[in-house]
Amino acid sequence: MSKQVDTDRAAATASDASPTAPAAPIAATEPLDVRSGGTRAVLKEFWHYFSENRGAVIGLWFFTAVCLIALLADVVAPHGAIEQYRDALLQPPVWQEGGDWRFILGTDAVGRDMLSRLIYGSRLSLFVGIIVVTFSLLVGVVVGLAAGFIGGAFDTIVMRIMDIVLAFPSLLLALALVAILGPSLTNAMIAIAIVQQPHYVRLTRAAVIGEKGKDYVTAARVVGVGPLRLMFMTILPNCMAPLIVQGALSFSTAILDAAALGFLGMGAQPPTPEWGTMLAEAREFILRAWWVVTLPGLAILLTVLAINLVGDGLRDALDPKLKRS
Amino acid sequence: MLAFLLRRIGLLIPTFIGVTVASFGFIRLLPGDPVLLMAGERGLSPERHAALLKEFGFDRPLWVQYWDYLSGIFQGDLGFSLVTKNPVIDEFFTLFPATVELSICAMIFAVALGIPAGMFAAVKRGTAFDHTVMGTALIGYSMPIFWWGLLLIIFFSGILQWTPVSGRISLLYFFPDVTGFMTIDAVLSGQKGALRSALSHLILPTIVLGTIPLAVIARQTRSAMLEVLSEDYVRTARSKGLSALRVVGVHALRNALIPVITTIGLQVGVLLAGAILTETIFSWPGIGKWMVDSIFRRDYPSVQGGLLMIALIVMIVNLIVDLLYGLINPRIRHKEG
Repeated sequence: MSKQVDTDRAAATASDASPTAPAAPIAATEPLDVRSGGTRAVLKEFWHYFSENRGAVIGLWFFTAVCLIALLADVVAPHGAIEQYRDALLQPPVWQEGGDWRFILGTDAVGRDMLSRLIYGSRLSLFVGIIVVTFSLLVGVVVGLAAGFIGGAFDTIVMRIMDIVLAFPSLLLALALVAILGPSLTNAMIAIAIVQQPHYVRLTRAAVIGEKGKDYVTAARVVGVGPLRLMFMTILPNCMAPLIVQGALSFSTAILDAAALGFLGMGAQPPTPEWGTMLAEAREFILRAWWVVTLPGLAILLTVLAINLVGDGLRDALDPKLKRS
Repeated sequence: MLAFLLRRIGLLIPTFIGVTVASFGFIRLLPGDPVLLMAGERGLSPERHAALLKEFGFDRPLWVQYWDYLSGIFQGDLGFSLVTKNPVIDEFFTLFPATVELSICAMIFAVALGIPAGMFAAVKRGTAFDHTVMGTALIGYSMPIFWWGLLLIIFFSGILQWTPVSGRISLLYFFPDVTGFMTIDAVLSGQKGALRSALSHLILPTIVLGTIPLAVIARQTRSAMLEVLSEDYVRTARSKGLSALRVVGVHALRNALIPVITTIGLQVGVLLAGAILTETIFSWPGIGKWMVDSIFRRDYPSVQGGLLMIALIVMIVNLIVDLLYGLINPRIRHKEG
């Protein structure tokens, strides 16, 4: 909900700006053509503003590294994710007494290599983020566009339904949905996507309503552009800024929520190396073996932090109002 | 103001109906029919099954069942727990004070630290202090709080042995439930050390539950403050020769707090969601832990009742925040009229 506040603000400021605002400094020197050569200029300008935020760049590098590790998990991980070494139960990390180079970050209670499990776990977390954001973004944008564009009774009904979803605290609703669907990572992703949906609908709708009355839309309408083309080709590109920022924020929320569900036993099930599930399994060793508790949580924190840093950077770079100040 | 109030309440009616439909639908969406769910693993003969379906009224049309459910809600009837056989509403209100006590403490913690931190970060914009506060806030904001709780337990309960690991008070103390708030009841009981014990149980859960609101409030206060500090009237106040403390603390802070109050109100939903995790970690006997336990025990009437009650609480709090906002900021209530 907190994130909602941030992005609502972003939506408000983005819709204040003229539709070509992100490219304004370039437009002064050359005619703006977003379709062809302009795209590169826009990207270049975006990177200029994005890279001013040192935290965002660090976050982006870290996130890229996590993505690479996830992609190359089979190559980088020294052991299998569910391979058990009965001779090495709860072995501490290598720098501690009793550590062994075979298991750099130690092993868990059934002798599985922590490092390998963390590496394979990154796949799951990123997968959750990608699926949830894609699903809720696509559906949310279509519903929000339709609500803002059509208006009237349809808009009212859609927004009331979104109010109902938002009346439940997100994690609680996700828990209830998982109770209906049954505990598994797939169902956790479905539940989280449903819970995040209303944010995209609200944002898109607010942006569409802000853009709808502007001259360029009227012009397109007068020329005879059909409603679908008007919605997706004319209006949507100018509502993208808040949606991109929300995408980054909900990526990190999705990872956190999936881990929380896993921790409560309602997400990925053991022996899946999902970070939240790993924490839940490690709880009983909390005072005996710090590494089985500390490391999965640290992995969650750093990944989420990196994505939030990128999200902040995106907001600064895409929000024309903040940019000038 | 009255028109504004009525309009806000009017907007709640469809949401209220929707929320009741959602919680009504919850049990019906579960795989298997409700009677099979209640029978659990024992199984049922087909005759008994049919008889029970009839007895509970599950054979009637859905809208009749919904109407029964809705009128039950207005009479405070949320059904019976399958595990304890007590009315769900009684269970809810027995456990609710524990969650409220924890949430209030978490909110006080978040506001008391978050507003000054955000304020000074804005005043000292760009300094090391600002960067430290905002960096910490971003970390808090990204924190998986279930892990944060475990870390605090390792450090404060495990290594330092300062705080207990779970529960609301030491078993040594026993006194009657007067308010349901352990700290107040401990004082009322007059037992020596009871309050100390209650507070030491409260401190870690408070920090864990308050972390995300604290981060959000600090960030929000800073950005609201920055916006206000660039306004003309602040410059005027400065040029009149008012002290910096007076300009920032009185003139600027008052206006900067308007968006912050909304943020604080919106955190109530976050607190209730956070309570699910915090209470589970610290075995805190409140609503959040009860919901998780009920889901695991397949006590679906309790889950259903809890869902409804929590949604209603969030709705009511949001309404109050809206009204407060209208009260502080007259532009809102006139603009929408």
